[in-house]
Amino acid sequence: MVTERRQFTLFTRLLHWTMAAMVLTMLCIGVAMVASLADYHVLVSIHRPLGIAILVLVIVRFVNRQLSPLPPWPDTMSPAERRVAWASELLMYGLMFVLPLVGWGMLSAARYPIVLYGPLHLPPILPHNAMLYAVLRKAHTILAYLFMLMFLAHFGAILFHTLIVRDRILSRMVPWNVRPTAEPVPAVYADTTAAGPS
Amino acid sequence: MSNKIEAPAHVARPRQSTVSTLARFALIGIALAAVAGSFAYLGGWFSPNDLTPARFTDGFEEVNGVHAGFRRNHAKGVGVSGIFESNGNGVRLSKAVVFQPGRLPAIGRFSLGGGQPHVADKPDTVRGLGLQFSLPDGERWRTAMINLPVFPVRTQEAFYEQLLASKPDPNTGKPDPAKMKAFLERHPETVQALTVIKGQPVSSGFGNSTFHSLNAFRFFNAAGNSIAVRWILTPLQPFEAAGTASAPADKNNLFDALIAQIHAQPLRWHLIIIIGQPGDSTNDATIAWPAEREQVDVGTLTLDRVESDDTSAARDINFDPLVLPAGIAPSDDPLLSARSAVYSQSYTRRAGEAKEPAAITPADVRKGER
Repeated sequence: MVTERRQFTLFTRLLHWTMAAMVLTMLCIGVAMVASLADYHVLVSIHRPLGIAILVLVIVRFVNRQLSPLPPWPDTMSPAERRVAWASELLMYGLMFVLPLVGWGMLSAARYPIVLYGPLHLPPILPHNAMLYAVLRKAHTILAYLFMLMFLAHFGAILFHTLIVRDRILSRMVPWNVRPTAEPVPAVYADTTAAGPS
Repeated sequence: MSNKIEAPAHVARPRQSTVSTLARFALIGIALAAVAGSFAYLGGWFSPNDLTPARFTDGFEEVNGVHAGFRRNHAKGVGVSGIFESNGNGVRLSKAVVFQPGRLPAIGRFSLGGGQPHVADKPDTVRGLGLQFSLPDGERWRTAMINLPVFPVRTQEAFYEQLLASKPDPNTGKPDPAKMKAFLERHPETVQALTVIKGQPVSSGFGNSTFHSLNAFRFFNAAGNSIAVRWILTPLQPFEAAGTASAPADKNNLFDALIAQIHAQPLRWHLIIIIGQPGDSTNDATIAWPAEREQVDVGTLTLDRVESDDTSAARDINFDPLVLPAGIAPSDDPLLSARSAVYSQSYTRRAGEAKEPAAITPADVRKGER
């Protein structure tokens, strides 16, 4: 009996949706806090520890990505589309790692304390240098806007596959278990060892 | 993250009508526009008239001009450093490590209000003292204080209005009195605050000035009890009223006197915590608390070093009033968050600019050494 994997592992799916919520929250807080006066402090107080949590989780996620089995690519994706999907996945992993690190670095260069909660704080990772802060602060904004664009592209691609191609691509990542008996597995999957992105 | 990329096999899919496909594409477009629109809405792109940190800082630049590398407010100043000796009296009020008995390094900056880095010293210009206490566990406490007993404005919007009303008229070089009058008519709380401010005699220099936290804060002690507080630094240097000299004083007279004083003898202040009672306003910096409120002397600040902004590490510190250690928290005063946001914006702008020499140069500081 063929027990072909059609979904990412449960842990992978949980990581995906948890981090999706965290990253979206983070992008919203980031764009809102730089424009706000009265809410600035509350938003910054969430932004810093949430960013560090994303930094920690993306490392867990990267290791998990290397270790866990992956479902095959959908047949509906051309080689070119698969390459784009693979590159965009890599870029988003990179952003989830680099954005918090740039944030930590820029606060370090400005000697802002990186307070997580109460007396719990992180040490500076760069020397006190205002110009370095200014450069990293700009980079932080540019990378964050790039992440918003990446999110829109990812969201748009999933919508396209779900609504236009209708290849049930989303079932690979939904948090609940999809029973493979609902539809016979096409023969093409049986000899496919390729994996899709998480 | 490697994937074997293979050619897809042909998979038959149910056909759909053109109309259905178009509707589905429209749905995708709407969904993406909704997400992008939400980002833009949160970023304030649809409310170009709202006051933001950037627009606030633009206001300072509009009134003072852009002086590259300098703070957008309190532009003229000198760095100082020394120690804070805590006497332990604050432990029952707050669990902040700064109040444990002991000595901590402190760095700060005396400044004059306004965004002109080369303005001439005048006794009635607002005097500022930004301070950072370095706690042994790595925490920082920063406070940006001024020598006014109350703040002239209650809200960030009023601050901005007053800022623009104070813009010098290009013809007279002075603010338009009509604009200031109109501002005061709209803000009776400012009129009241100015009465309190004018009722307090101005001291002769930085060294004998009392500095006020202005906003209220909250202290949390080890038992979890919270109280509303304000704090002041009261000088050990004796009070002397500012002179009403008829001859125009030297351009840097206040800073020169400060430098000479510190070289002669370290300057000292008591850090006094004022404890608010239920009913004392914590969200209105224009109102002073009753004079009989309990005051606790928690330690002594000694400043024994003074440096030009050009060489002082204080220049590259943002004395953000919301950099607080555990045990000290913001009150419900909205001005605190607004100050934090605008200070950050000012810091970000000046951090990326080439630095011009400050009005008080390293040579001016050495000259005072004698």
